[in-house]
Parts: sequence; structure tokens; C-alpha cells
Amino acid sequence: MALLVVGGVYTAVAPKPATAETATTNDVEAGRQLFLVGCASCHGKNAAGIETKRGGNYGPTLIGVGAASVDFQVGTGRMPMAQTAPQAPRKTPVYTAEETRQLAAYIASLSPGPAVPDGEYTDLDKASVEDVREGGELFRSNCTACHNSVGAGGAMPGGKYAPTLKGVSAKHIAEAMITGPQQMPVFSDDVITPEDKRNIIAYVKQVQDQPNYGGLAGGGLGPVVDGLFTWVIGIGGLVIAAIWIGAHGARVKKS
Amino acid sequence: MSTTEQEYTPIQDTGFGKKAAGPVEWLDDRLGLAGVAKKNLRKVFPEHWSFMLGEIALWSFVVLLLTGVFLTFWYQPSMTEVEYQGSYLPFNGLEMSSAYKSTLDISFDIRGGLLIRQIHHWAAALFVAAMMVHMLRVMFTGAYRKPREINWLIGLTLLLLGLVEGFAGYSLPDDLLSGTGLRFVDGLIRSIPLVGSYAEFFIFGGEFPGDEIIPRLYMAHILLIPALLLGLIGAHMLLLVFHKHTQWPGPGRTEKNVVGYPMLPVYAAKAGGFFFVVFGFLAVMGALLQINPIWAYGPYNPSEVTAGSQPDWYMGFVEGAVRVMPNWESTIFGSTVSWNVFIPGMILPGIFLTVGMLWPFLEQWITGDKREHHLLERPRNAPFRTAFIVAGMTAYAVLWIGGGNDIIATKFGLSLNAITRFVQVGFFVAPVIAFMVTKRICIGLQRADANRILHGYETGVIERTPDGGFSERHAPLPAGSQYTLTAHDRLPALEAPAETDGNGVAAPHGRVAKVQSWLRARYYDGALDKPTVEDVHHAEEHLSGHDGHPVELGDEFQGVSETGIPRVH
Amino acid sequence: MSDELDTRQDAEPIKDPGLPEHLYRPQDVDESQARRTERQIAWMFRIAALLLLGFCFGYFLIDKDETFLGWSAQNFTFGMTLGGALLLMGVGIIQWAKKLMGDHEMVEMRHPSASSAEDRAAVLQDINDGVKESGFGRRPMIRNSLLGAMGALGLPAIVLLRDLGPLPHGQRDTVWKKGMRLVNDVTGTPIKPSDMQVGQLVNGEPAIVYEVDADGERVLHGTELLQAKSKAAIIVVRMRPEDITPSKGRENWGIDGILCYSKICTHVGCPISLWEQQTHHLLCPCHQSTFDLADNGKVVFGPAHRPLPQLPLGLDDEGYLIAMSDFPEIVAPSYPELARDQKKLDNKA
Repeated sequence: MALLVVGGVYTAVAPKPATAETATTNDVEAGRQLFLVGCASCHGKNAAGIETKRGGNYGPTLIGVGAASVDFQVGTGRMPMAQTAPQAPRKTPVYTAEETRQLAAYIASLSPGPAVPDGEYTDLDKASVEDVREGGELFRSNCTACHNSVGAGGAMPGGKYAPTLKGVSAKHIAEAMITGPQQMPVFSDDVITPEDKRNIIAYVKQVQDQPNYGGLAGGGLGPVVDGLFTWVIGIGGLVIAAIWIGAHGARVKKS
Repeated sequence: MSTTEQEYTPIQDTGFGKKAAGPVEWLDDRLGLAGVAKKNLRKVFPEHWSFMLGEIALWSFVVLLLTGVFLTFWYQPSMTEVEYQGSYLPFNGLEMSSAYKSTLDISFDIRGGLLIRQIHHWAAALFVAAMMVHMLRVMFTGAYRKPREINWLIGLTLLLLGLVEGFAGYSLPDDLLSGTGLRFVDGLIRSIPLVGSYAEFFIFGGEFPGDEIIPRLYMAHILLIPALLLGLIGAHMLLLVFHKHTQWPGPGRTEKNVVGYPMLPVYAAKAGGFFFVVFGFLAVMGALLQINPIWAYGPYNPSEVTAGSQPDWYMGFVEGAVRVMPNWESTIFGSTVSWNVFIPGMILPGIFLTVGMLWPFLEQWITGDKREHHLLERPRNAPFRTAFIVAGMTAYAVLWIGGGNDIIATKFGLSLNAITRFVQVGFFVAPVIAFMVTKRICIGLQRADANRILHGYETGVIERTPDGGFSERHAPLPAGSQYTLTAHDRLPALEAPAETDGNGVAAPHGRVAKVQSWLRARYYDGALDKPTVEDVHHAEEHLSGHDGHPVELGDEFQGVSETGIPRVH
Repeated sequence: MSDELDTRQDAEPIKDPGLPEHLYRPQDVDESQARRTERQIAWMFRIAALLLLGFCFGYFLIDKDETFLGWSAQNFTFGMTLGGALLLMGVGIIQWAKKLMGDHEMVEMRHPSASSAEDRAAVLQDINDGVKESGFGRRPMIRNSLLGAMGALGLPAIVLLRDLGPLPHGQRDTVWKKGMRLVNDVTGTPIKPSDMQVGQLVNGEPAIVYEVDADGERVLHGTELLQAKSKAAIIVVRMRPEDITPSKGRENWGIDGILCYSKICTHVGCPISLWEQQTHHLLCPCHQSTFDLADNGKVVFGPAHRPLPQLPLGLDDEGYLIAMSDFPEIVAPSYPELARDQKKLDNKA
């Protein structure tokens, strides 16, 4: 599926902003039609966003957000949002890969923005052992603070959260870093290069796919879950054992 | 079983006596232990599941010693920088401390190392948890009362040492999580008024993180604190043997005796068997449940952190307090005092500990009860004490919520800030509510007890009266159960202290006595006294002649009581 | 008081019926039951021995990379065989005690913890004799000088501990200097303003962290490196300039909306980088202190008291971001001399 989507904007070299020129005019037109039906009610007919009376946004402007942003938001099901909330959660995508590509082509045609990353940089097999190690260092420096050391996610202020990275495709992780969706900051290709991004993703995927050597991992949530296990399983189990030891068992009167 | 019926033969003339006499004599000639052994080999221990909670802690400690020795064979307490070349590939070529590298080696390159590490960590978590459960049992049943106050103090010291020992161990792998913990401790030490910076530099051997802290914690973790723990555990056990174990009241069980099974063989076998059960249970936990996967965190780096950074559970209450504390800091005479760290990090645990240590003496002073107690008190029969403990537990649990607020927020879709606010209020409000509710429940249970003594238990037999009404027949409890329910102290009569002495002069310590009498009134407030002799006498008449229908259920009757009272009588 | 309590005890409503009649276990009355239990227990011990053999086989036969249920097969085998064996042994021993060992409850009398009055008197007498014979009370000169010497013993003990660490110093300074470049953490690459987009976060370090000397050796390594990082780590963020409300004197500390703050929380020193690009709030994952980076690092929530220190930025000849000075405020957690040190920093500025 990744190849399919990437194919549409293949000639767009990842770090450089891409324009709509790379997509066919048909794609752009199809995307525009989809946009008008599914997105315009919040983002406005010309994708410039709609302001609320208080100066906030129903939907922010999409001018210049680029194809990567659309591919991430729509491809992970975050857009269209089901209801207004502090944060758009990941859910089953509403649009097909083809429709997502068309939407992306339309938004990219409005103004230059980050393109969907080149397949070369989301091919994790290309990362060597050293690359993975460096990816790990970058991951711990830039990502674990919010997303947790195994990418299990974490809490943010006011009911928001950094989502789990489990089951998220390499392409979508890369797009999130490039575009900075919602509250997430941007990690531009000029600072964290596309290779760096690939290495980071390779590390995350390796850590998430490797065995939980020690057994049931409790979701990678650390000592809170360990404490729960200590009390429920440890103390619970051994208290049951103690009750058994102290129990008197069947008794009869001697005949 | 039938020894009493056998013909009496002096032990020296039995087969066993002839065989064992030699070795026993040889040893006793040199050690003179027969006198001590005579008293203790058949020492009687009462039996109840709740008396085995401390054993869980004891056996966890033994498991900690065994597994800990294994870990020291490979662990290197050094912060020297090395390059990792072990078998965990994602770290290939990464720079890290020797401590972290050797812990990775134990986990990945020493066969069984991961299992022993996990058993060690689970045992540590269980050690503290079991100590705490044991402490709660002792507290709820009043087992700390005279003459056991000193053992109570030793117990609390053991708990405190257990916390420090656990924290030191948590810090040794030098992974990102434990380093973050040390960073917090650094901030905590700095917050000590006036001497904070000095304490920090002396403990860390310079500025954080320095390269001394891990070797120093290692020394404390494997030598200093275990030695103290061992010594105090020894003292704890010796005092237990000297005082003889407390027991639950019941027929034939008095303040003057102890009823149970002899140490040799029954208790030794049960306790010894329990060691294997605890060890086995921990080994199965180590096999199935991953704990502290240090490879997932990476080596410590002061500019990195992971979401969900938490201490082990026993530090959770401090963590919670630190998280929800208002951000107070002040400068007094040019010296900065970080109340926001010092109060929750040092003063609050200090208050918990001090109240715990003073409680037996405080209670003694309030009630004026200076007698020895060897019979345990059911929690319901000391409503104030029970409510007080539950209030303390509630405060502690609310702080736990604070300590896990980030995990709770993400798992239950709540706002981090809302949880923090909730804990800030709940820490003060929840214990008060818990106190009132618990006290009411205790008094309610006391009433239920009195009811069962006076009106018997519900038999489940429904009677229909000639005019169509239904009623459930009650039957008197067996004498043993009745006695058990009443085998506790009667409430004392409360008198106001004399304001003046015989000569009309204001009594010395008048104010203190007033406080004492006020507290005593609060302590016994609402508690229900057990029935008097007259009450019982009256009830017996009533029960036996219930509306002229004598209760005749017969010997074979088995009640279907839902109250848990024995049904066969 | 205690006598008074005692007198109330005699009116017990229910008399102690004494120890109940002993009831027997099935094993006591039926020898075949007892033998069955014996066989059961013996089987537990036999299976335990087999499991321990299994442990040894696992040790030599299972490769450390093999997995089972997505867990290490070795760890699973070791733990289950060892744990299973221990559990069976424990359960067997307890079952033995419960079902087959002597079952008659025994009664042992308690004795008061206190010794007899004569013993106490004798001890008091002994202590008194000892004190008298030593002349401890009669010869205060010896006594007091000995006590003095004992007290002085504490001095070497304290003095010896002096070298546990150096005296506190330099808490207020970091490795930042005027003109030092900001570099990306891990990769060590310097940063140009054009590299950063609005909403961008860079986890950075001072250039000295990645600097190498003529021999290619790092200038800072080991403990020194960690100490430097623990105070000098930074985050660089870019916001829309119109969103930023710099306080007086800080108007030119940023470059086109790019601001640099200390990464070390002023509460207890966790590195913080949980930045929300739309609210401009920065959250600490350890204790949830929240700082507003658009408003000079002000504390908006949580237990931290001091705002996050900001590093004044400039550009060098090649157009890379550089520091214009060390942090003008003290980084990392508070300490008693903080106010004094801050004054010194202010005077220097």
C-alpha cells in the first residue's frame, strides 16, 4: 500500500517541498471534489480554514501543509474528525488509499508543502546495525519524552496525549515528524535528515517487534504496572497460599 | 496422636535416644544449648493465615540474598564509559557505563541471568509489599500493644530500610529510568535547607551525576543496608520468640496461654514449606512477567527522559506528593528553600513514619491502658483505631493516584491536570470521609455481633404463623462462638479529669489531662460495648421461650446461615 | 487506672467454654486415606526432581535466541521448571505437615515479659555497685575528661568523611559561552534559522559536547560530559514571532521566532522536551510542571517554581545559531545558595 501511495508522488524528492506538478491534473480535480464533500465544512471551500467567533478555528488552514500532512491525517483516520475534541484520535481511515492520494494531490496543488516521503527513506531494511543504534540515540533524545521508550505513548496536559507508535506504518511516522500534526512539534528534514528519520523508525520497529524477553510486558508502561502485578498477583497469590496453609481442612469425629 | 496411650519409656532407652544421645551430648558439652533448645524446639505457634504475612517478607528477603549474590558475580558497579559489544543488537557500539553494560550482559549473555534479575526485582517489590501488609495486620489487630512496642519500632525501621535498599537497587543498572530517579534524588537532596548543596556534593562526589554514586549505592545496597536488615530481622524474630506470638481470642485461648502447633515438626515444616512456595512463586513470576526491561530504556543520559518515568511502587506515594505539591519556594535570609520539593519529598514521609512510630504510645496515653495484651483485637472492636488506619491508607492511596497520574490519564482518557487537582483536594478530604465511613461500618459490625449473641443466628427456617405471617427462626450460637464474640475488653467508664486537687488548687498538668480526656472520649465515641451478663441472661430466656414456641432444631440440624457462623452444632 | 480496668473484666457475659473437643482428620481415622496422601506428596517431590532435571536440559539445549510465545524460551523454561519444582516441594512439605504430622493443638503458658521484682532489684544493686566501685560519680575529673575524649573521637570520623566530595562550587555556571554554537543532539550538526520551521523543536546541546581536539579525542567525555549535559542541554523552538511576548530586556534574545531554553526542569532536573507546538506549553514528564515558552518560560502548572531559563541567541558569521552568553538565570533544581548565586550572575551581566 505504501508503494501505491508513494507511486503517485514518486518524483517528489523527499526533503524538498513538492508542488502539484508531480500529480496529474485528474488527481487534483478528483481530490478537490472529495475535499468539497468531506472536508470543506470545517476547512473551508478553498481550504483556508474557518475561523470561529472567538478567533479560534473550526478547522485550520491547509494552505501549505503539503501532501505529507494530508497523507498522515487522512491515512491514519485522524481526519475527518468524528467530533471536536482536544485531540483527533487515530481510527480506521474513512478514505481509500487512492482517495487519500487524490486529496493529498489537491492540497499540495494549492501551495508548496512537505511531500510524502520517498520510499527509499521508509524502507527499514536499508538501516544497518549502526544506523539502528544511532536511530535509538535520536529516538531517546527527541521522541521518548512524549512517546515513551518503547513508543507506548504518554500523557500531555489537559487530556491530550502522545499516541502509541505501535502499529503505525513507517511512512506515517516519518510524515508526523515532517509535518508536526496537532500539538506535535515539527522535526524538519534539515535538522533530522530523512536517513535519521528512517533510523529512528527502524529502531522503534525493532524494539517493538523484538521478543519481550522477560515475559508479559504490561504494555511497556513501566513501574506502575509492575506495582500492580506485585500487589494483585504477588501479594494476592501468596495470601491465598497463606490462607490454605492456615486452613483446617476436613474434620471428622473419631468413631 | 496416640502417644499418650503408649506405655511410658524414658527417652534414653528408646532406639532414637540411643542413637542421638552421642551427638547431642558432644554438642551440648561444647555449646550447652540443651537449655535453650528445650524451651524452643517444641515452642507453640498459633495458627492463622494473617500470621504468615510477615513470613512472605522474610522469605522474600532470603530470596533477595540468594539471587543478589548471584548477580554480584557479574555486575560491575562502575560509571566508567565503555562501548557495548554484547548480543543486544540495537545497542551495538553504543557508549554506556560499565554498570549498564554489565546489567545488559546479565540479561542477555549470562544464561539464567535474566531470570535471576527478574526474580530479584519481583522479590524486592514483594518484600516491601509484604512488610507493609504485615504491618497493617499488626496495626489493625492491635498486636503492637504492650509488650510489643519495641518490636513495632524495629518493624518500622525495617520498612524504612527496605525502602532505601530498594531504591539503591533500582538505581544500580544506570539505565535511563534509574538515572532519572537519581536525578530526582539529587533535586531532593539539594532541597534540604541550608546544607543541601553540601549534602549533594558529598553524596555524589561532586556535581550530579559524578562517577561515585553508583559504587557508593552498591556498597550500601549489598553491604551496609543488608547487614542492618539482617541484624534487625534477627532482633525482630528473637523478640517474637521471647514474647510468644499473639493469638485470636477463642474458647480456651486467654491472655495467659498460647494455643497452637509446636515448632518441631509442624510449624517448621509449614514455615519451611512456605519458603519454597514463596521462592517458587517468585520464580514463576520471573518466568512469566517482565519487570524493568532495562534494554528498553537505554543508558542514562542527563538530557534524555522517557514518558512514564516512575519509581518502583513503594516510592509511589512520595512521587505523587511531589507531583501535586504547589510550587512554593522562598528565600529566607538569603537562603533558598524549595518547599515544593522538601515538603513532599522529606517532611511528608517523615510524618508518616513518625506517626507510625508514635502511634502505640499515643494510643496508650489516650486510652490509659497499660496492661499487656496477647489476645488480638478484631478491627471492629477498636473503631477509632481502625478508622484511623484506613484514613492513613486512604491518604497514601490518593498519593499513589498522584504518582501514576500520567499513566491513569492516558489509560482512562482523563486530563492530567484534573487528576492533579483531584489529588490535591482528595489528599485532605478523602481520609476524613474514609475515617467517618470506616467508623460507622465498625460500629455497624459491632451491632451485628451483639445481635448474634443476644438473638442468635438466622437459621434459614421460615415459620408461618396461623394468621399468615412469616418469620425466620433464630437459634442461639454455639457457646464457643458466643464466647469468641465477647472475648474483648469492655469499654472504660469515661470521667472528666479533676479540675482541682483535694485542696482546691488547680491540678498539675490540668490542661494535659483535659486534652487526654477529650481524646479518650473521641477514641471511644460511638463504640458499642459488649452485652452485659444481664443482657445475655434476658436474651437466653427470650430465645428459649420464643413466643411460647421452644426452639427445637435437633442435633442434626444444619443451618443455612449466611453469616459465616459454623452451621454444625 | 489499670486496676480499675481489671475490675471491670469479671463481669464476662459468656463464660469461656474451654478448648473445643478435638476433631480428627480423615487421615487420622483411615489408614488408607493417610497412605493416599503419602503417595500424593511423594509424587510432588518426584515431579519436582524431574522439573529440576528439565532445568538442566534447558540450560544446555535451548539457545538463548529462541523464543516462546514471544518471550525468551530460556527464561521461560528456567523459571517454570525452577518455580514449578519449588512450588511442588513447598506444597508437598506443607501438605505433609497439614495432613500427616501430629495434629493435636498444644497449650503453652505465657509468662509476663517483666522479670521478677527480686531480679530487678538485684540488677539495680549491681549497677549501683558497679558505678560506685568505678568511682564514676566520685571522680568527675576522670569521668568528664573521658567523656570529652569520647566526644572528640567523633572529630576524626567527621573529618575523614570530608573527602566524600568537593565543596559545592560552580552550580551557577554551565559550559555555554558567548559565541558557542547550538548543535543538534546526537548528530552534532549546527543549526541555521532556515533549517527550522514554525512549530519545530530541536533537542540541542552546546557545540563543546561534540568538539574534538587535535587528536580526534572528544574534549568532554565520561563524567565531565554527563555533568556538562546535565546543565547545558537545551531545546530550541520556533514559533510565529507574533505569538511571543518577550519580557523587558529579552526582545532580542530570539531570531525570527526561534527561542532557546534550558532543557533541564527547574523543579528536580528532568530533561523536558514535551512541547506542544500550538499552545507553546512545555510539559515535564516527571512531575508535570508546565512552562509557557511563548511567555518567557513562565510556570503555568505543576510543582516547579522558577521559570525555565532562556538562552539569548545570535548568529555567527556563517549564519549558524550561537549563544550570546551563558544562561543569565540558574539552570537545574534549586539549592540553598541559589538566591546568592543569582545575584552574582546579575552583577556580572
